[in-house]
Amino acid sequence: MILFGKKIPILFSLLVWCIIWEIIGRAKLSTIVPPFSAVIAAATAIIPTAKFSAAASISLRSFALGMGLALLVGIPLGVLMARVASLGKILGLWVNIFISAPISALVPILMAVVGIGETTVVVTVFLFAVFVIIIDTQVGIKQADRSLVEMARCFGANRRQLYTKVLFLSALPEILAGVRLGVIRGVKGVVIGQLLIAIIGVGELFELYSQHFLMEEFWALVIIVFAFAFAISEAVAFLERRVEYYASTR
Amino acid sequence: MPADAIIELKAVGKTYEAGVEALSDINLGLLHGALSTLLGPSGCGKTTLLKIIAGLIPTSRGEVWVKGRKVDGPGPERAFVFQDFALLPWANVLRNVAFGLELRGLAKDQREQIARNHINEVGLKAFESSYPHQLSGGMRQRVGLARALTVDADIILMDEPFSSVDEQTRRKFQEELLDLLRYKKKTVIFVTHSIEEAVYLSDRIVLLSPRPGTVSQIIQPSIDRQGKDPDEIRRDKNYLDTVDQIWQILKQYV
Repeated sequence: MILFGKKIPILFSLLVWCIIWEIIGRAKLSTIVPPFSAVIAAATAIIPTAKFSAAASISLRSFALGMGLALLVGIPLGVLMARVASLGKILGLWVNIFISAPISALVPILMAVVGIGETTVVVTVFLFAVFVIIIDTQVGIKQADRSLVEMARCFGANRRQLYTKVLFLSALPEILAGVRLGVIRGVKGVVIGQLLIAIIGVGELFELYSQHFLMEEFWALVIIVFAFAFAISEAVAFLERRVEYYASTR
Repeated sequence: MPADAIIELKAVGKTYEAGVEALSDINLGLLHGALSTLLGPSGCGKTTLLKIIAGLIPTSRGEVWVKGRKVDGPGPERAFVFQDFALLPWANVLRNVAFGLELRGLAKDQREQIARNHINEVGLKAFESSYPHQLSGGMRQRVGLARALTVDADIILMDEPFSSVDEQTRRKFQEELLDLLRYKKKTVIFVTHSIEEAVYLSDRIVLLSPRPGTVSQIIQPSIDRQGKDPDEIRRDKNYLDTVDQIWQILKQYV
């Protein structure tokens, strides 16, 4: 970012917003906007509590399970849909419907089917994340260099080698892009799932704070969740950049 | 069919799914230890024919026999050099060159030692750990050639290997290729659309007619290359006559 001819670090814009927030909070313009400093103070007060760590560990576990399932199902299914034309046609339509559908609307039905509990949240995370992973994997495998495939066959690659040594690596940039988008959607899934169920994990805390009008704590939690989502997506983005460097001539 | 043919094509034809007939009734014997060129106008199916020999594309009619065995897929006695190089972008030169041996399950230090010898042979000693995107087109094709040499196949199939390489590099590359392959006594099948390249390099030139491709004529340039430098060859009367003879035939197709 360049301002008045000087190079300014990106974080500076964040700082500006924090200051504006602080000013609005101090001015007591709205009861739902406490000063930023009070929110930070609340965050440092919340994090060490047992209630928070219990909620966070439940949420993290649901997130990890849902994401893990989404990766285990999404990547192989995307590969299959790219390599088996009929499967790609049959499932492609469904995947495209579900990727644009508002999954949150399905959560109440999920509650009725799998019960009100952690399973519902895991399934919600899975549904939020899996479709974008499928589609990106499919695109990556489909666009894999045809002459690399011919080359591998020529030099005697068997089926397994073709997948592990050529197709998968060739599609890795697209797969990782799908994983990053899936992770972001997965964080939404865990929060929305728990909010709708409202009795477990971070969702329970959100519900608790907003019902008792604990705005400092509420905003503190929002910031923690935002920071988590941002950090994890940046971590995948870092991997992506490393891979793209090697694949830059495709 | 010549007695010492290492590759035999028996009434080979290829029709694509859309009904396009690319090749029709090709009968051809390609000689052991010789450099044969498939030459023809674009769209005559010469690359298709090469990929059929490689076992990458199935025939619609007829059979291909290599070293007395019927071809039904790629085999270790045939190696391929690709027009677009087909190098793994995420692997360095050493791993790319050793890739054929990696697929065969050879131990890492063993295959890398073999690969290093061939990297030296094609003049890329200093570039072992470079990645393809750091190399020029000519250097990338040297990697492609080294990879084909590393698997020690008897037959090297080359699909317009110099078409993505600039003219100066191409000439130097052609000269080196001749030296290297003569010395190694490989059988080479070379696809090109350049008459000069074909005459300069080949022992035999198979002229293909336009679609559907058939063998229109086989020409054996009787150029004495022994002890002559490349410029002498290019001024040789036989060389110039053969180029002209082929042009007179191909002229009617374009």
